Amino acid sequence: MLHSVSLTASRLIAARTLSLSKAAAKTSSLFRSFSTSDGTFDLTGCFQTHNLDSAPSESVTATKQELVDIFELMYTMRRMEITCDNEYKARNIRGFCHLYDGQEAVATGILNAFEPEDSWITSYRCHCIALARGGSVRQVVGELFGVIDGMSRGKGGSMHFYNKKHNFFGGQGIVGAQVPVGAGLAFANKYNAKPGEKMNVAIACYGDGAANQGQIWESANMSALWKLPMIFCIENNHYGMGTSIDRHSSISDYYKMGNSIPGLRIDGMNVLAVREGMRFAKEFCGSGNGPMYVEMMTYRYHGHSMSDPGTTYRNREEIAFTRSTRDPLEFVKKCLLDNEFIDEAEIKSTEKRIRKSVQEEVMKAKESTSPPLDELTKHIFATSLEPQCDSEYPPHIRMPNYEKSFWANGHRN
Amino acid sequence: MNLFTAVNDAMRVALRTDETAIVFGEDVAFGGVFRCSHNLREEFGADRVFNTPLSENGIAGFAVGYAATGGTAIGEIQFADYIFPAFDQIVNELAKFRYRSGNQWNAGGVTLRAPCGAVGHGGHYHSQSPEAYLAHTPGIRVVMPRGPKAAKGLLLASIRSRDPVVFLEPKALYRAAVEDVPVGDYEIELGKAEILRPGEDVTVVGWGGQLRVLAKACALAAELGIDCELIDLQSILPWDFETVAASVSKTGKLVVSHEAPITCGFGAEVAATVADRCFWNLEAPIKRVCGYDTPFPLIYEKYYIPDELKNLEAIKTVVEAAK
Repeated sequence: MLHSVSLTASRLIAARTLSLSKAAAKTSSLFRSFSTSDGTFDLTGCFQTHNLDSAPSESVTATKQELVDIFELMYTMRRMEITCDNEYKARNIRGFCHLYDGQEAVATGILNAFEPEDSWITSYRCHCIALARGGSVRQVVGELFGVIDGMSRGKGGSMHFYNKKHNFFGGQGIVGAQVPVGAGLAFANKYNAKPGEKMNVAIACYGDGAANQGQIWESANMSALWKLPMIFCIENNHYGMGTSIDRHSSISDYYKMGNSIPGLRIDGMNVLAVREGMRFAKEFCGSGNGPMYVEMMTYRYHGHSMSDPGTTYRNREEIAFTRSTRDPLEFVKKCLLDNEFIDEAEIKSTEKRIRKSVQEEVMKAKESTSPPLDELTKHIFATSLEPQCDSEYPPHIRMPNYEKSFWANGHRN
Repeated sequence: MNLFTAVNDAMRVALRTDETAIVFGEDVAFGGVFRCSHNLREEFGADRVFNTPLSENGIAGFAVGYAATGGTAIGEIQFADYIFPAFDQIVNELAKFRYRSGNQWNAGGVTLRAPCGAVGHGGHYHSQSPEAYLAHTPGIRVVMPRGPKAAKGLLLASIRSRDPVVFLEPKALYRAAVEDVPVGDYEIELGKAEILRPGEDVTVVGWGGQLRVLAKACALAAELGIDCELIDLQSILPWDFETVAASVSKTGKLVVSHEAPITCGFGAEVAATVADRCFWNLEAPIKRVCGYDTPFPLIYEKYYIPDELKNLEAIKTVVEAAK
């Protein structure tokens, strides 16, 4: 019985997947290249809207350089996550580790639609967003190794990457807890906006599994009430840990979940659709129209965490099918090849270069050292406090009178 | 001034001197349920003083986000009893932001105010004192003033502190307590206890509204010839162990009292630390005079509260024990 239910669920997802992959296939057949450095891409079927009068454009252009940069970032993400998987299995990484491979187009598309002044906060699945927002492989992997060169001085670990220079407010270990914080960031952007100018936006990313946390609705209500430039970005990878959306949520159209809040569903495996959709959302929210719910239809290849093989609640065929029909990296490769921006050989050499560079960065991270022990008590308060209980007796303590003590009366030894 | 006008005055000074400061919470734009934010919206505008929905976790998270950008967020949780829905944001986000980001981000600009304690008729959900739950959270400061003057100085210091603060205001004193309060800018250093009454025989420690009860108990004890040293902790986390230890080393006896239930109350922390660090100076077992381990009762409130007579009994007991 259970098995058949699970099959139905995966068939549903396959169907949904198929409809989106058709759009992707169409995209490739409709490529028209104007020059060697510019291409037009058809995004028909990549968007669905809710409570919106307008929609993102279904025809976009991208330059060769943009696509090459996108490919390099996404391939670096993929290699980094695969390396993390290996290092975890080799026991060089301890604790918790949630991998992003499969979802690379989401972070990359958002990055390419945003300005560095826009605030970004996300869930625990944050390695690749940290990389996108100013991090290096060495800093990310270093943090996982717990070394001082890690992004948070080795004190956070897998779920805790931050980058002050790049307005990245990090990963959060508590499911959904980043969303009210995101509303505060959006408020700051509104409060600090110059009159008459567009506001910077704040985006809070969370998964389909988090989408039913109560505090998300608290922040959605506040954001709508105060017209905050806030994007609720649901990375729908179809599973809340090990439970499929059909089983864990009474609503599977997450982009409609904000009720009166406008919503947008985007093919999250198509990086150009993500970029265009997020440009649209940024324009909408930054212009004072209030928040937007954005649902990214995506997929994670790995399990929820390292303790989850990812195959007990879905079958291998589903993963293989997604890889072969909707892989976000293959999509970018196809864009590059079909427009004759670069050829197979160049792709191969780029991949080789990135693989090597990721390996080198990991080696460098391994050479670093653990943070010193005094970091244990640093950064709890603004000024580190003296330890409250040390082993030394302070001067006001009267020492014991051994003449009278229990030990002096023949009990010692 | 009484306590709510002192709180109002502190927030007014903060809003005047810090243009990033904002005040928000449930109904605060109308002055708040205890009138603490009275007239602030009129003076500083609806952009800086505004009402929130009834969403405590949202309020706390919102404060963290705003403070992370460098702003000063003064949030009000309407009653300390409602701080529990905000517990996730306080414990997991507010308190740990600095540490877990290796000092890149912090939420030091956050001050969450909440009225706490018994009020005579509050019942289960309008009378609790949650300081011990909060004090179990490294990364936040927990502060409770005993009266109007302390409220102004400590609140302004809390707002300006670069650490997040949960500021608990004894609601029974909002109108009852009247004191001369310095006008203009006035701060009291956080993390420091204050000796309210020097004495030689027994150290009596409390915080917040309980100080009024303890002052009465000390006066009654004086009539019996017992000279109590009364200490207001003021800051519950981090707390001023040195002042307490110096006093206990002198008197050899300790009575600690609070309204919250006795088991795992903050008095247990004070007693355990004093036992550890002042063991050889103690002349009598430490006494805790606290609320009972029951939900905060409505009709039994006068039996539940650790009043001056219960405290007087404890003071007499430790003096007897040391003879």
